[in-house]
Amino acid sequence: MIIKKQSEEVSRVEYVIEMLNIRKEFGNFIANNNITLQLKKGEIHVLLGENGAGKSTLMNVLFGLYQPEGGEIRVRGKKVDITDPNVANDLGIGMVHQHFMLIENLTVTENIILGNEPKKMGMINIKDAAKKVAEISKLYGLDVDPYAKIEDISVGMQQRVEILKTLYRGADILIFDEPTASLTPQEIDELITIMKKLIGEGKSIILITHKLQEIMDVSDRVTIIRKGEGIGTVITKDTNPEELATLMVGRQVTFKTEKKPAQPTEPVLQIENLVVEDYRGIEKVKRLNLSVRRGEIVGIAGIDGNGQSELIEAITGLRKVKSGKILLNSKDITGKRPREITESGVGHIPQDRHKHGLVLDFSVGYNAALQSYYRKPFSHNGIMNYKVVSEKATDIIEAYDVRTQGEFELARALSGGNQQKLIIGREVERNPDLLIAALPTRGLDVGAIEFIHSRLIEQRDKGKAVLLISFELDEVMNVSDQIAVIYDGEIVDTVNPLETTEQELGLLMAGHTKAEIAAQATELKAEDGRDVK
Amino acid sequence: MSNRVIKILVPVISIFLGLLVGAIVMIFSGYDPIAGYIALWNGIFGDVYAIGETIRQISPYILAGLAVAFAFRTGLFNIGVEGQLMVGWFAAAYVGMAFELPKAIHLPFALIAAAVAGALWGLIPGILKATLRVHEVIVTIMMNYVALHTVNALIKAVSDGGYKTEKVKPTASLRSDFLSQLTDYSTLHYGILVALAMVVVMWFILEKTKTGFELKAVGFNDQASQYAGMNVNRNIVLSMVISGAFAGLGGAMEALGTFGNMSSRGGFTGIGFDGIAVALLGANSPLGVIFGASLFGSLKYGANNMPNAAGIPLEIVSIVIALIIFFVASGYIIRVLLTRFNKKKEAK
Repeated sequence: MIIKKQSEEVSRVEYVIEMLNIRKEFGNFIANNNITLQLKKGEIHVLLGENGAGKSTLMNVLFGLYQPEGGEIRVRGKKVDITDPNVANDLGIGMVHQHFMLIENLTVTENIILGNEPKKMGMINIKDAAKKVAEISKLYGLDVDPYAKIEDISVGMQQRVEILKTLYRGADILIFDEPTASLTPQEIDELITIMKKLIGEGKSIILITHKLQEIMDVSDRVTIIRKGEGIGTVITKDTNPEELATLMVGRQVTFKTEKKPAQPTEPVLQIENLVVEDYRGIEKVKRLNLSVRRGEIVGIAGIDGNGQSELIEAITGLRKVKSGKILLNSKDITGKRPREITESGVGHIPQDRHKHGLVLDFSVGYNAALQSYYRKPFSHNGIMNYKVVSEKATDIIEAYDVRTQGEFELARALSGGNQQKLIIGREVERNPDLLIAALPTRGLDVGAIEFIHSRLIEQRDKGKAVLLISFELDEVMNVSDQIAVIYDGEIVDTVNPLETTEQELGLLMAGHTKAEIAAQATELKAEDGRDVK
Repeated sequence: MSNRVIKILVPVISIFLGLLVGAIVMIFSGYDPIAGYIALWNGIFGDVYAIGETIRQISPYILAGLAVAFAFRTGLFNIGVEGQLMVGWFAAAYVGMAFELPKAIHLPFALIAAAVAGALWGLIPGILKATLRVHEVIVTIMMNYVALHTVNALIKAVSDGGYKTEKVKPTASLRSDFLSQLTDYSTLHYGILVALAMVVVMWFILEKTKTGFELKAVGFNDQASQYAGMNVNRNIVLSMVISGAFAGLGGAMEALGTFGNMSSRGGFTGIGFDGIAVALLGANSPLGVIFGASLFGSLKYGANNMPNAAGIPLEIVSIVIALIIFFVASGYIIRVLLTRFNKKKEAK
């Protein structure tokens, strides 16, 4: 079929996939409007866009999960109708999902053949399948043990199993949906090597991501979409991260957060000798002292698991305090219930927005009211006033640029960035004196990160106190006015972000003292000095 | 086919398939399915008497369904509706016979007694869940047995060693001459009005009140609710108490309406367990519960006519009824098939 048609399709041969003027609507909402994406054979093509721009929708159209309202899809020059994922599979399109679709207690091979089991006299033929898996694994340098159980292997390995699954089914066009989101830096390097190997063997790759550096490192071309519209396609080596960010967001993006110097006044939050235990009764916060003043952002820098979660939970009343004192505006709030604490002026952007920040099966409007539903005018004498709830929700949606189909949409349907904007809107609207932001930008794209940072700074400039907890060094350094380094449940040092370096912070976070660092530095200098002599 | 058509077609096809497979079972067991289904139809809708009895049968199912659905909506699985219903039954029967009061006080008193008894029976698993994280399924199942034997002992105690309580006083009865005459002297009583009122109450609590907002939030995500300052444990207990109260009222239907007393029981009534299916059939919504209860109640009552009118033994009848309900519950499968069929047609 393809060969016969080749004469009339000469100009199209170089593209393995063409999505031409794709249009996809959900009710009144246009998720994709005339988007065109052309994938050349043997290239890594990035699909770039903010959270909620329509990347996943477009890929789900290609994978047959959604039917487009307009446009056409051509695979190897031939117009096709991808009615369901099986059709996509048959066309050699495979998808490596962001959230792995693996069964934890089955082996690698069992997961790969699932739904497509090779049989020998009515029995599943695991041996041959495992052999084939091992072969493919070797060919692409995946280094996966076919008999390992999924629950025993690392996240990076699990992703390779997902890749293997598509290859095993004969895919030569692979879609990677934000593959680096859950990987460690080293695993990311390995993944990039694997992708290059795949290209070397004649595969073609569509990569969905919003990490700009990654794009520069691996891709050949980039197609950008913004708010459902196709913006265009650029060649990677002719562009740079700044230009890509501008194209994606639609305006100049500042990587360095602009802010005036802080003008802190009296303290809002004072923590004295705080001791908090985790659920096993182990002390995670050990005689911690901390103070946050009006008009400043204090960033807590530290490696995950050094007592940050327990500290926040203690401040917000979610965890019992063993000893010590927490003062808010000089009033003792130690051991008070969460609601009393929020009412005395604490806003909290929780670390895990799905688990703690939102009720995902509630509408956007209900979620917007989650901290105020019990007060007038939201409810009166125990009866809810849902008209007020929806009015306030609409205000928050507008003021915080939450991109949603409306306040009736389930929070689950929102992209991560928009979920976070909703939470920030809800917390900031209550006008708290202290805003606690725990990992507020985790998993978000540059546009959303910029928005959230500017909101935190805005709160500071309004004379509020902001406590920022982050594992990302550049976030802490960019946004905070003071950095408190936490190590093993204690604030080991407080530094000025303008006077410190990432190196120094890194060492402090690993438990070294400033004196040690200084000693090390002079030692190095001394060695240098000898060299000169 | 639009979505609306599919929505209507799904239950229709489900019921049809259930009847079809039920017919096959009857044919294989050597009975005439047509005669069987005519008997079933007549048993439900045959005359006003049958209709009256069917409606009477539906009332306790509505309340049992509401009890399960309410707990479900707040993230709890109340298997204890059966026991809560039995203690409610006894409480209503006792208050109905032991007090001498004007009707305007006596009847509400008996109803409230049933609701309170059911609520207390729900309170225990609620507290255990909230304070010690004991799973409510285990506790409620066990509470069912406790209820069964406690109630039997209490019946013995209040009837001087007998096996049933005295009839309730007319001042506590839900019986209605008006409804009875209207339906050719069936046992239809005012219980159906109580049941329908409770449907409105459940809807009101969940959709209109602050408490309902909290209960639903806790049901969907207790951690986020806790972060938002809600008292999760209080909501768990409250949910079980309200659920138990609905169940207790279901018992009052039997005590003050259908039977007028309570006899000691060899085993469970089954209404509480059927309430689980009623709630699920009705997608745990108050209106849906009416639908589920109607299906259950009418099949249960109408089936009584099949042995008499068509000579089909009760065991086969039970299988046929179970099959119909099974197919209605599997409506999801039919929806998937319909959608696929739809897609293929569009593709052509």
